[in-house]
Amino acid sequence: MSKIWVYAELHQGKLAPTTLEMMARARTLGDVEAIALGGGAKAAAAILGKHGAKVVHVNEDAAFDDYVAEPATAALESLHKQDAPDLILFGFTPDSREVAGRLAARLGVGLISGAADVSEKDGGFVAKVPYFGGAKLASMKANKKPAIILLRPKSFEASESGGSAEIKDLAVSIDAGAKRAHVTERVVEASEKVKLEDAKVVISGGRGMGGPDNFPLLEDLANSLGGAVGASRAVVDAGWVPYSMQVGQTGKSVRPGVYIAVGISGAMQHTVGMKASKVIIAINKDAEAPIMKMADLGVVGDALKIVPALTAAVKAKKG
Amino acid sequence: MKIVVTVKQVPDPNSNLTLEADNTLSREKEVVLDPGDECGVEEALQLKEAHGGEVVLVSMGPERAKDAIRKGLSMGADRGILITDPQLAGADALLTARALAAAIKAENADLVICSTESYDGSTGMVPPMLAELLGVPQLTFAKKVEVNGSNVKIHRQTADGYQVVEAATPALITVTAGIAEPRYASLKGIMAARSKEIKQIGLGDLGIDIGESAETIQGFADAETRKAGVVIEFDGAAVDRIMAVLAEAKVV
Repeated sequence: MSKIWVYAELHQGKLAPTTLEMMARARTLGDVEAIALGGGAKAAAAILGKHGAKVVHVNEDAAFDDYVAEPATAALESLHKQDAPDLILFGFTPDSREVAGRLAARLGVGLISGAADVSEKDGGFVAKVPYFGGAKLASMKANKKPAIILLRPKSFEASESGGSAEIKDLAVSIDAGAKRAHVTERVVEASEKVKLEDAKVVISGGRGMGGPDNFPLLEDLANSLGGAVGASRAVVDAGWVPYSMQVGQTGKSVRPGVYIAVGISGAMQHTVGMKASKVIIAINKDAEAPIMKMADLGVVGDALKIVPALTAAVKAKKG
Repeated sequence: MKIVVTVKQVPDPNSNLTLEADNTLSREKEVVLDPGDECGVEEALQLKEAHGGEVVLVSMGPERAKDAIRKGLSMGADRGILITDPQLAGADALLTARALAAAIKAENADLVICSTESYDGSTGMVPPMLAELLGVPQLTFAKKVEVNGSNVKIHRQTADGYQVVEAATPALITVTAGIAEPRYASLKGIMAARSKEIKQIGLGDLGIDIGESAETIQGFADAETRKAGVVIEFDGAAVDRIMAVLAEAKVV
């Protein structure tokens, strides 16, 4: 049996959904041990047990919450010295990739990032990594032990498998050398009405929206449908909307029932994050835009006219 | 204050890439300085303007990546270093980070600025590895940077706001594209850049061996692609067509 580690990502004590998604795959590959660090780790361990972890290594030192990446790297390195796993899975998320990168460099093993799946083959691990905007899937065999693989959010459905984990205290002292990048303040700017990742309908805007002043048109449509508004990287980079709205490779991955892409050409960076949506509707003035080739329904025309007309129709139907 | 900015030459994000028969990207098309790196260069120049010092650009790539460095020099950076070696072609993230770390160590920089992720790879794995190999803390996803003596403070963008993260220098920062609007190179800047130094170094100069890659690509398969649906013009019936699709999906 291979020994698999899953790095549990905690946000102020709450497990990131990606962690439980990964558990669904991890438990098919071997014996799973999860590592949960920081406040709430013990409570998280109970949940991880229900999702198939046999052992959860926990440490609730506040340093894991207050300092970026280095305390977690030190803890994983210490545990690795005692009992090295065959595979370590991390979520391909902003927080986890910082820890994974440091650990991969410290252990000198490198990593495979952005994988959509992982399987065991000939005693090793093979990751499937979307390539060229998801048009191709590369099979990458991990050459090092432990293999470190980062899995994209929403690659698997989280589900409980029953059972409970043995909870082990991960004894490690975090010295001053690892307490350097200090999180001194947390500021919440916007509370999303409907979370983008959970929304049944997502309406995303791109450059074709013309400017930030036109994004309220998308808000209106989203409100009428009970959905959430997303955006392409291009308009986030341009400062039209905050990063929290970015859908794509380096933003959020979504798979809603309906995805409406408005004024988005369909660059690979974007489509990787939304192509698993059940139904895709594209609104674009360019009939040749790549998004039109993957949409169930493409409407060629001026987004600023189509969106308000659609909102009116939805409101009329809903009364 | 000495600031190193890592820069990368990437296929122009505004051009349409194609996939060659051997599954490599057609990088022979137009290549540009990564737009994210332009923001990193801009932030470095603003810090230099406020605190004095030097801005050094470090890149790894084929010889023509000098053009990307030259672009940064024309914006105002002081000099450049290009790591180029045929053995580095196709380097994985760790080898890239090791090569960059070896070149940057010799510079004894106070700050290393990277973009959060490149426009072509978009995996963002090199910066944390580089920080580890340089033995410095990482302050990532910065949308704002303040330097106060030997303290650097950033606003780290998060899903619902930001965190304030502080560390003592030397440190590595990754910046988001929103941090600073890159300046245009002036004619004077372009002229001045022609005579600025770009030092070219190879693996031998860095004293590192390439080692074994973290992964071996065993093959490519076509991903499940979505079938193209119907494309219609926006006319009187278009909204009804959309409504029909929404009704079928049971969202109206």
